[in-house]
Amino acid sequence: MPSVRLVNLTKRFDKITAISGLDLEMEDGEYLCVLGPTGSGKTTLLRLIAGIIQPDEGSIFIDGELVNNVAPQKRNTAYVPQDYALFPHLSVLENVAFGPISRGHSRKDAYATSMEMLNMTRLAWRADSFPNELSGGMQQRLALARGLASDSNLLLLDEPLGALDARLRVELRYKLRDLVKNRGFTAIHVTHDQEEAMVVGDRIAVLRNGRIRQVSIPFTVYNEPKSIFVADFVGGANFLEGFIAEGDQNGSWVQLRRGLVLRIRETGYSPGERVVLAIREEMTEITKRTRRREEINLFSGTVESTIFLGSFLVYEILLKNGDMVNSRVPVHLDKKRISSGERVYVRLKPGAIKTYLYPQGGLLRELEVI
Amino acid sequence: MPSVELVGITKKYGGITAVEDASLHIEDKEYVCIIGPSGCGKTTLIKCISGIIEPTEGEVYIDSRPMKNVPIQDRGIGYVFQEIALFPHMDVYENVAYGPTVKGWGDPETKRLVEEMLNMMALGERVRDQPSILSGGARQKTAIARALASGSLLLLLDEPLGSLDVKVRGILRHELRRMVKDLDLTAVHVTHDQVEAMAVADRIVVMKAGRVVEVGTPLQLYLHPKSLFTANFVGEANFLVGEELEKTSDGVKVMVDGAVLRSSGQVDFKDEKVVLAIRPEFVAMRKARMVKGAWRGRIENRAFVGSTVRYEVRTGNGALIVIRRPFSPDAYVWKSGDSVSLVFPPRSVLLYPYPKGGLEKEISIE
Repeated sequence: MPSVRLVNLTKRFDKITAISGLDLEMEDGEYLCVLGPTGSGKTTLLRLIAGIIQPDEGSIFIDGELVNNVAPQKRNTAYVPQDYALFPHLSVLENVAFGPISRGHSRKDAYATSMEMLNMTRLAWRADSFPNELSGGMQQRLALARGLASDSNLLLLDEPLGALDARLRVELRYKLRDLVKNRGFTAIHVTHDQEEAMVVGDRIAVLRNGRIRQVSIPFTVYNEPKSIFVADFVGGANFLEGFIAEGDQNGSWVQLRRGLVLRIRETGYSPGERVVLAIREEMTEITKRTRRREEINLFSGTVESTIFLGSFLVYEILLKNGDMVNSRVPVHLDKKRISSGERVYVRLKPGAIKTYLYPQGGLLRELEVI
Repeated sequence: MPSVELVGITKKYGGITAVEDASLHIEDKEYVCIIGPSGCGKTTLIKCISGIIEPTEGEVYIDSRPMKNVPIQDRGIGYVFQEIALFPHMDVYENVAYGPTVKGWGDPETKRLVEEMLNMMALGERVRDQPSILSGGARQKTAIARALASGSLLLLLDEPLGSLDVKVRGILRHELRRMVKDLDLTAVHVTHDQVEAMAVADRIVVMKAGRVVEVGTPLQLYLHPKSLFTANFVGEANFLVGEELEKTSDGVKVMVDGAVLRSSGQVDFKDEKVVLAIRPEFVAMRKARMVKGAWRGRIENRAFVGSTVRYEVRTGNGALIVIRRPFSPDAYVWKSGDSVSLVFPPRSVLLYPYPKGGLEKEISIE
């Protein structure tokens, strides 16, 4: 059964280092999501593990065996690339059954497994079609079905739901996870969609510039992001810049722009240190009125706009000091019906604020994904 | 000023009808999104507005002028595609300046307009870069800036963010709406992403199999969809098939697999067989004890999705109900295996007649 271990893995293309000294360990049967923006090295990482390209440095172990010099077809991986690589002259069913048959399964068994996979990817009704008769989304589901039907226990999935319509993508990700888990695959699934990563992955590895910035269970990545980049890329947050004013054993005071003062729970910072505070949009509270104007971390502001996004709304609030705070309210709890231009108070709970040292290259550089 | 009027648009390709009898009115300065699954005809429809496609039947009016035989370049539109079509040999500035230059505007005027657009899209530092070295997001921003700089008051956007990362898409859709509103443009935007549509649009047009199913504001479509298809397409929903038991003063009682559910929906149809729909966040979940009118069940699955937690609950009568709860680290999080009671607030339970072709077919997104 396949476990995966990567040690100091490095891959360069000319002057660009696509993967940089990367270490990673995966257990047998684990579903790992590699999450990161375009250009972070996700596809390169998969291709290295599949054996399609060779690392410049470092080692790849699959199931305890060093495979650097093992040919791709002998690594027992099922690689589902972004461009599908389907057999154009074979029908949908034959494409899926090709792997099992070539490994010596009977036609009957191979077709039975293949139909099961086509059912899961909702393509059974197109079993007799040819790849060029399918839409892009269907071709992708076919590639996925083919990967799932192969005998390999290590699945390498490159954006396996990327070409699908948003609505179908949401539906299939739950099915994909169930199937991988039920059949006991070990899977590495590359995506830029943080919600998809949280739903399918046992763990998430957040990749940026060829390095893993954080790897842990979705809950921890979301609730304890180690860096501003991870906080922003996974879930997004309000970021406020400030300087530590003073601290005591229970927390610290932070001076925001134009004299606004905010309380945080964190200690251990020295006065004068430049920091960035992060607070999730859903961890802010809006009220129209307040009895106690002097309350800690309660700031007045103006609603600039309201964005309705289905299951929740986002209020954009301009604070008096010029900072913007977004507040996310689940639609079923939105009883206030606040309109644009209205004066409101925003409460930023001290316990929900994460503090980071101001990044060396600046905040914008740290957040850059475009 | 550009309003857009579509009257009875039909487009046929041989034996296949891509769009069938679509009529639509888009006001001046309105931002309208057209959504629907692949193959629903949304791209064909926007191409009829642009003039890339001539409709088989029906008429397109822009600014009350019939567009029959008016070529693309004379329709006064800016167009942005999913496949980014920048001029590869021109830098960002030259790409954005192309439209105004071709129209023969004087240099200072062109320069001012182009710079304004580049600044609005935060492309200032990129002006001398060739498209090939730009990221996908920066290229698409350039394409949007170029469409805006053309001076057209009607913007047609065909999956403008489709090739981008989710994160980038979230940032750019915000920019896009702001630009359209700041510049007083009329925009028609085709997307397969219903959340994107809700974020940018004043009104959304839902299409299915070549037809317009429903038109409404994002709030209307999400909270009070007129059709089952819309209820399913614009967000997750639980669908339950039942038999109408009785009408009450404030709605209707429905029997679903041996359990009763109340809906405050109005019955203006005769069928006894009905479909109830409820969004996952409107189902309340309590500790398992006898709550009047509640359904008992057990949590089969839990998925942590960041700001929310999604549960799948198997109820005593065999239904699988999806529930979404806001997440906060200090609030209780239910576990798989927990026994729970589910409460369905009647006002959030939507009521529909059972579709003739069956429920599956009606809500199918393929």
